[in-house]
Amino acid sequence: MQLVKDKEIVNDTWRYVPDDGDFGDGDITVSLARWKSDQQSLLNHKGKVGLRLLPSDGVDGIVDDLENIQLIELEFPDFADGRLFSHAWLLRSRYNFRNEIRAIGHYIPDQVFYLSRVGVNAFLPAKSSDIPFVLTNLNDFTVKYQNSVN
Amino acid sequence: MYQYTETDQTLVDERVAQFKRQTEQYLKGELTEDQFRALRLRNGLYVQTHAPLLRVAGPYGLLNSKQVRKLAYIARHYDKNYCHFTTRQNIQFNWPKLELVPEILAELASVQMHAIQTSGNCMRNTTTDHLAGVCVDEVEDPRPYCEIIRQWTTLHPEFDYLPRKFKIAVSGALHDRAATQFHDIGLHLVENDAGEIGFRVLVGGGLGRTPIIGQVIKPFLEKKHLLSYLEAILRIYNLFGRRDNKYKARIKILVKESGLDHFSDRVEKEWLLLRDANELSAERIAAMKLEFTPPAYERDTANDTSFEEHKATNKAFATWVDHNTAIHKVPGYKAVFLSLKAPDSPPGDMTDTQLDAVADLSDQYSFGEVRVTHRQNLVLADIKQADLFALWQHLDALKLATPNIGTATDMICCPGLDFCSLANAGSIGIAKEINEALDDMDYIHDIGDIKINMSGCMNGCAHQSVGHIGILGVDKKGAEWYQITLGGSSENEAAIGERLGPSVAKDQITKAIVDILDVYIKNRLEDESFLDMVNRVGITPFKEQVYATS
Repeated sequence: MQLVKDKEIVNDTWRYVPDDGDFGDGDITVSLARWKSDQQSLLNHKGKVGLRLLPSDGVDGIVDDLENIQLIELEFPDFADGRLFSHAWLLRSRYNFRNEIRAIGHYIPDQVFYLSRVGVNAFLPAKSSDIPFVLTNLNDFTVKYQNSVN
Repeated sequence: MYQYTETDQTLVDERVAQFKRQTEQYLKGELTEDQFRALRLRNGLYVQTHAPLLRVAGPYGLLNSKQVRKLAYIARHYDKNYCHFTTRQNIQFNWPKLELVPEILAELASVQMHAIQTSGNCMRNTTTDHLAGVCVDEVEDPRPYCEIIRQWTTLHPEFDYLPRKFKIAVSGALHDRAATQFHDIGLHLVENDAGEIGFRVLVGGGLGRTPIIGQVIKPFLEKKHLLSYLEAILRIYNLFGRRDNKYKARIKILVKESGLDHFSDRVEKEWLLLRDANELSAERIAAMKLEFTPPAYERDTANDTSFEEHKATNKAFATWVDHNTAIHKVPGYKAVFLSLKAPDSPPGDMTDTQLDAVADLSDQYSFGEVRVTHRQNLVLADIKQADLFALWQHLDALKLATPNIGTATDMICCPGLDFCSLANAGSIGIAKEINEALDDMDYIHDIGDIKINMSGCMNGCAHQSVGHIGILGVDKKGAEWYQITLGGSSENEAAIGERLGPSVAKDQITKAIVDILDVYIKNRLEDESFLDMVNRVGITPFKEQVYATS
């Protein structure tokens, strides 16, 4: 599967492990619940470890864990749920998270400009055919009125 | 008046290009209905009963003559020769073709206008006092702050997908003409004990289904903290506002359910983390104030004697001056209201011909500026008293001089069942009927200051819950019925109207309103306004009359 990261098309090297699944090898992401319950074994995992967050998860509860997290996936259950925009902003601006923040799930390519401004730097669109739209729409505006992450 | 910089112009041009692409993608089937809906709403485009409706932003109600002419052009070329002014000081077109909307937006962008964020669950057009900068009771002109807020809210990347719509109003005067107590955030310019001017911040007010009066969250906020404080409120709302039920998603419900103390603790905590890095500089404020410097008023305009002579000899002119002009801070000038409530025209509507003529009149008499009021009228804010008679004659010929500002026939009215897909009942037709029943101007002037607001459904676009008389259209088994409230107010003494009793049938509503006005005429004390009387005697005498005869 391909995604857009830092405005380039790249292959996805990550795998999401369901709450009842085995970690296996390689780079994996897990839910917040799994992260909290299996943290020790995740810290010993050979590959990189990422976290998949839903809007309702919030980010305040993971602030102390961020140094051990290599990727945060923000999963949109619905494109209209704007909480993830604040989560991304908080992760970058307040908690100085420097690794990849990736938008996944049911957002639309027309939102990627705003998402990039609040600090999301990778986009896995719901349909792979949307990749060209993501690349185009990241350049929707050349001007801005407010400070944000970007 | 603020003029776009290159950045502003680039932004609206790029927005037009973006929406053109989105419209094309939708028409090709590349965006779903739901996806396109969210995108078109953020560009002011609704799909209504008959056709799409395009809502254009009137930034804090201020337009220049070039922009007014462009509205006329759009009405003529893309609509049925008219447009509608709204309670958010915006402009609506009822009949545009969806595929032509990007073209209309490009026309608007050519005169520094747009339709960005005039609908959808995002931060909407900031509104203010229609007499800003000219009224005599002003602490400070609110418009520079409105423009700063306009820019901050426009395309804000973090707060464009809020739980629900979000409205900010700013008032700089002692008398609140911007209904700030009924906004998600209300800002009042106030002076503190040290003589510094800052903002009193209210939060959680709103109309609609659950009308609530806003509460003071910050009695005094220094100007430099304006944007950081707004950001803190918006972030807390975005994170914690309810998204499970759209009727409980406004910030007023979050404030109510969490309690003001808990809500303001959260905001304060967030704000303290932002405050110091996000100050609004004194230079930026000073530069923005320069965009709103008063026009070059002439001296000695008060020496003119023709104005008093015309008033003495022409009763119709004198009546119009009494009702449709307001005192101006510069002696010899007046602010003039253009009534969009002529008896035979839907409230708030204007034709292309009227728009063009008003643009010309504003150039000739009022420094080329026109304002939209939240009661759906227009204002020419800077008229020399010597010009009033000539202006009145022009306005009279244009049917814009009905001397009814602030009276019973100056109703706020939504488009209702005639145009709106949400409405339960008609409102334009009832407004016309009430107008016909009150066709005696002397009687209307005798009733005096009264605000009648009428909405065709619970969403309350015409703010019926804060009307001195509120009329709300409801659906009863497929028939149009009307609920009446009395005693509401959106001004300093903010109040939500009390329900008079069971709703009345369509063929009884006009009679009920006439009955209510009769009870007032018969029972008022000397110089007592309608609202004062309702507050004194309560609703019982009105109730007895309306239900005894219906």
